[in-house]
Amino acid sequence: MASGMVRTRIWRDILAGCLLVAVLAIVPALIPARAFQDFVIRCSSMALFATSLNLLVGYTGLSSFGHGMFFGLGTYSFALLMQRTGVALPVAFLLTLLITAVTAVAVGAICIRLRLIYFAFVTLAMQMLLHSVVISWVGLTGGDQGLMGGIPRRSVLGVDLGLQYNLYVFSAVVLVAGLLLMRHIVNTAFGTSLRMIRDNEVRAAFLGIVVWRVKLTVFVLSAVFASVGGMVMSLFVSGAYPELINWPISGDAIFAIVMGGIGSFLGPAVGTMILLLLNDVVTRQTEYYGLALGLIILAFALGLRRGVLDFITERLGGRPAGGIS
Amino acid sequence: MDASALLDCVTTSSCLVTQTTSGLIVGMLLFLVAAGLTLIFGVLKIVNFAHGTFYMLGAYLAYTVFQITGSYWLGVLGGGLGMALFGVLFERFLIRRVYGANVLMQLLICYAVVLICDDLVKIVWGPDFRAMGMPPEFQVPPLFILGGVVPPFYLVLIAVSLLIGGGLGLTLGLTKIGKIVRAAAHNPDMVSALGINTTLLYSLVFAAGGALAGLAGGLAAPVRSLTPGMGFSILIESFIVTVIGGMGSIGGALIAAVVLGLIRSFGTIGFPQFTEGLMYIAMIIILVSKPSGLFGKEIV
Repeated sequence: MASGMVRTRIWRDILAGCLLVAVLAIVPALIPARAFQDFVIRCSSMALFATSLNLLVGYTGLSSFGHGMFFGLGTYSFALLMQRTGVALPVAFLLTLLITAVTAVAVGAICIRLRLIYFAFVTLAMQMLLHSVVISWVGLTGGDQGLMGGIPRRSVLGVDLGLQYNLYVFSAVVLVAGLLLMRHIVNTAFGTSLRMIRDNEVRAAFLGIVVWRVKLTVFVLSAVFASVGGMVMSLFVSGAYPELINWPISGDAIFAIVMGGIGSFLGPAVGTMILLLLNDVVTRQTEYYGLALGLIILAFALGLRRGVLDFITERLGGRPAGGIS
Repeated sequence: MDASALLDCVTTSSCLVTQTTSGLIVGMLLFLVAAGLTLIFGVLKIVNFAHGTFYMLGAYLAYTVFQITGSYWLGVLGGGLGMALFGVLFERFLIRRVYGANVLMQLLICYAVVLICDDLVKIVWGPDFRAMGMPPEFQVPPLFILGGVVPPFYLVLIAVSLLIGGGLGLTLGLTKIGKIVRAAAHNPDMVSALGINTTLLYSLVFAAGGALAGLAGGLAAPVRSLTPGMGFSILIESFIVTVIGGMGSIGGALIAAVVLGLIRSFGTIGFPQFTEGLMYIAMIIILVSKPSGLFGKEIV
């Protein structure tokens, strides 16, 4: 009975995902604006990244301030593999996942020993350390300038991602696949142990959950998904740049999560969309982007006191989401 | 990396003196900022991510007061008092609403304030660099100590920072209000139950933290170029100081700040590209081996 319901939900999610991809694939025929496609590509990359961070923040209660290091690692590893070696794109993709996972095991093993604000600080320090390495290792990373020179051999299964429309559909597919996988992860027994650790770590330990192992696993998983977002960004900007591994990237993901809703699976994705829309609209209207965004954030934080999607869920009388205030 | 340049420097008295004084300046200013940060964290358990902005606004305020009155010390005082007031308003109208909330909510509010203030500074003072210039009373020939060039202003900066830091330490350690603040850091509910107005106390702590950052900004104004966004690097560095010294420990902040200042000034000679990396490595090592910092109380 229960497993039947789970299976129904999985099929419903997959169907919704396919529908989204199909709709997105048709839209450019109706609205041929290049800006829309750019927006979707950027949004896919950042939404994957923000959702991956929410595996830590929302589901496990681990507030990482340095998750951008894995996003940045994804862009740099992928761009370097494509530029410096002769491997095909899918191989570079998989190798980047591997590099990220190995790095995340090492970084995570150190970071998860700490809790609360100390965890946040140590992850931030880790990211800034990696950023310093990227800036100072000019021979490998191009330093301040970043990795220029583009990404060669952009074809997957005969589809040329050098074409804007192809990259657009590709990023939508990657986004949907990534979201479905993460959705599945949080709905398994493993996902339940994450929430249990968030709500009461001691009780979880008494019930036989090996807390450090679960924390490390989710740390690595979320890092891997973050690097997928990074790779989409790398394809979009044709390279890798220090800004993509600097602290504001982590900040963007955190704001996306808090604005979209920490207690809803799609909250971070919605938050990313709001943040990018705000960014695009506000920068076109005024040069004082920070002032406008700051006031909007304050209105959110003090007025709504929760993310948009959490707010809607509560208003519709759904189960109370795990709010943060 | 250039280890030989570093070795040359530490074995030459002139370079040693020059780098040490510049390291001490960086360290002492950093200490003032970090002391406010650690004080606020110690008492209110709030990480004030907008603390670098206090420093920036303090520097700009001092700049304007200096332009109007021509007095550097009035400028510094203006920066300090202005930011004390700003700290009270910030606590009263924004931070008070998120006590006990998730750290992300606090981060969000502080970040909004950082964004708003950076843009307000752009509107009021313009987006370009501003330089206060050396105040006339300090435009005197530099001192030569063991062959090293030391502008007298640097020594004044170090002395004044030490005085402020010492005053803070004495206030916390010896006075009644200091005792109350330390008690509130330990157990705010009990302090409140004893009939002490903790609401007022929290405002006071934010005023003190703001004043320290504002004073640091004002003091630093002649030797730093003022730009919107100048608060960020000092924020990150004062986090490092606070974490290494132990969150809530003023003495720890002093030692960590001086060490960090020296790492910075000597690091720029040995490995200019990786100085920041060194600071992060130090922070990670401390956090992992002793999360409470060198001088912090043990955390659970």
